[in-house]
Amino acid sequence: MAEFPTDLRYLKSHEWVKQDGDVVVVGISDHAQDALGDVVYVELPEVGAECQAGDEIAVVESVKAASDIYAPVAGTVVEVNAKLEDSPELVNEAPYADGWFFKVKVSDSTAVESLLTAMQYQALCEAEEH
Amino acid sequence: MGKKTPLFEKHESLGAKMADFGGWDMPIHYGSQIEEHHAVRQDAGVFDVSHMTVIELHGADGLAYLDRLLANDIGRVKSPGQAMYSAMLSETGGVLDDLIVYATGDPYLVVVNCATRGKDLAWMRRVAEGYDCEVVERPEFAILAIQGPRAIEKVKSIVGEDLVGDDKVGEQKVALIEGLKVFQGGWCDGWFIARTGYTGEKGVEIILPEDQAVSFWDSLLEAGIRPIGLGARDTLRLEAGMNLYGNDMDESVTPLESNMANTVFLEGRDFLGADVLRKQTEHDELVGLVMAGKGILRAHYPVFSDGSPVGEITSGAFSPTLGKSIALARVSETSSNMTVGIRGKMQAVECVNPPFVRNGKQVYKPKKPR
Repeated sequence: MAEFPTDLRYLKSHEWVKQDGDVVVVGISDHAQDALGDVVYVELPEVGAECQAGDEIAVVESVKAASDIYAPVAGTVVEVNAKLEDSPELVNEAPYADGWFFKVKVSDSTAVESLLTAMQYQALCEAEEH
Repeated sequence: MGKKTPLFEKHESLGAKMADFGGWDMPIHYGSQIEEHHAVRQDAGVFDVSHMTVIELHGADGLAYLDRLLANDIGRVKSPGQAMYSAMLSETGGVLDDLIVYATGDPYLVVVNCATRGKDLAWMRRVAEGYDCEVVERPEFAILAIQGPRAIEKVKSIVGEDLVGDDKVGEQKVALIEGLKVFQGGWCDGWFIARTGYTGEKGVEIILPEDQAVSFWDSLLEAGIRPIGLGARDTLRLEAGMNLYGNDMDESVTPLESNMANTVFLEGRDFLGADVLRKQTEHDELVGLVMAGKGILRAHYPVFSDGSPVGEITSGAFSPTLGKSIALARVSETSSNMTVGIRGKMQAVECVNPPFVRNGKQVYKPKKPR
């Protein structure tokens, strides 16, 4: 069974978001990594890149397909997970920990509140499977 | 719900990720496609390929019929049970399917793809008119491919202890396997065992009655042979430089445009599509690409030579053995300055002659520009 940590917010495009003050950490959900299969490459944004919510900002490539990663909120990329360059399998092994993608300094720190809760996202994933 | 092989419940109980493949519910992987890939390159794995179509050709004209039907020359096949890989062409030279025929005499044994089953059977029956040759589908068989450097020794140890408890039959099967040369097959006690495969490794493919498939599968897994899904099958065959029908070739291209010229014998022959191939002196070619940089080559990405568009990728993937991305691409031109457009950015690739990997080792060579 996929995990849906309740301290995170989610997008229907399967990113998770963890807020820490005015910075959010972004990754892809356990459900998403399971559906993708083995991750073999992650194309990360540049540090300093500005984004709007919904921008295609990164790409995750699995053995199966290339999938866009969307910016969950507007802001500026302040850090990327350089470990993914040589160890993309971290996305499969620890999607909510070492497999994080990038951090965004948010323009509006309340923006995260409009994202899906774990319960809402889980319901969406379960509906997708049926 | 799609069609199910006799091993469907086995796949489900192993936790396989199932997906539709040509109308069949097939295992894509059992947890990690990459680990499965390495298992075949380094040890042994078993694939359920019962979705593939087994056909027998009954009648006295089998040889003459195959000479008309196939671009490869069945007349060159001398040893009994020898396998021949060939394209089956339309009258306009397009590849209707690729297949393996085993020169078992009457009846000949043919294995074709599953997605093309209906069209293949209709075509083969149409061509058979006027020949003493009946095209008979044998859907009651299961097919297991056991591949990898330790596949044959493990299979021998299992069939040696025969499933029905008849030691003689077990001995006969072991003797059959030991006597087979690469690319040769033979019958024993209702099983057809052949030293063929789709991975670039040593191994066997076994066609057996479906009611024996589950117990044989269980024995294979008990012997430490790992179940392998169709995901790893695809990356293994791509590393081995083998075409996938529907991706790397179809009815819109000839075998000459599909890196299959070595399976086309035109001289003194009159097979369907031959006239078109004789006239096709200039044509695109299917080549290998290797990307040293990061990123993954995928089907339909555009390919450029010296900056000009020359074609597109037909199959692309991350190669677990090489640790970088590889592809097959159909191009009109090659050079030492080849690039692929990935999401709008040009990435350098090296143009090579497939295969990329054989028997666990990197084997590709740079292609000379033409």
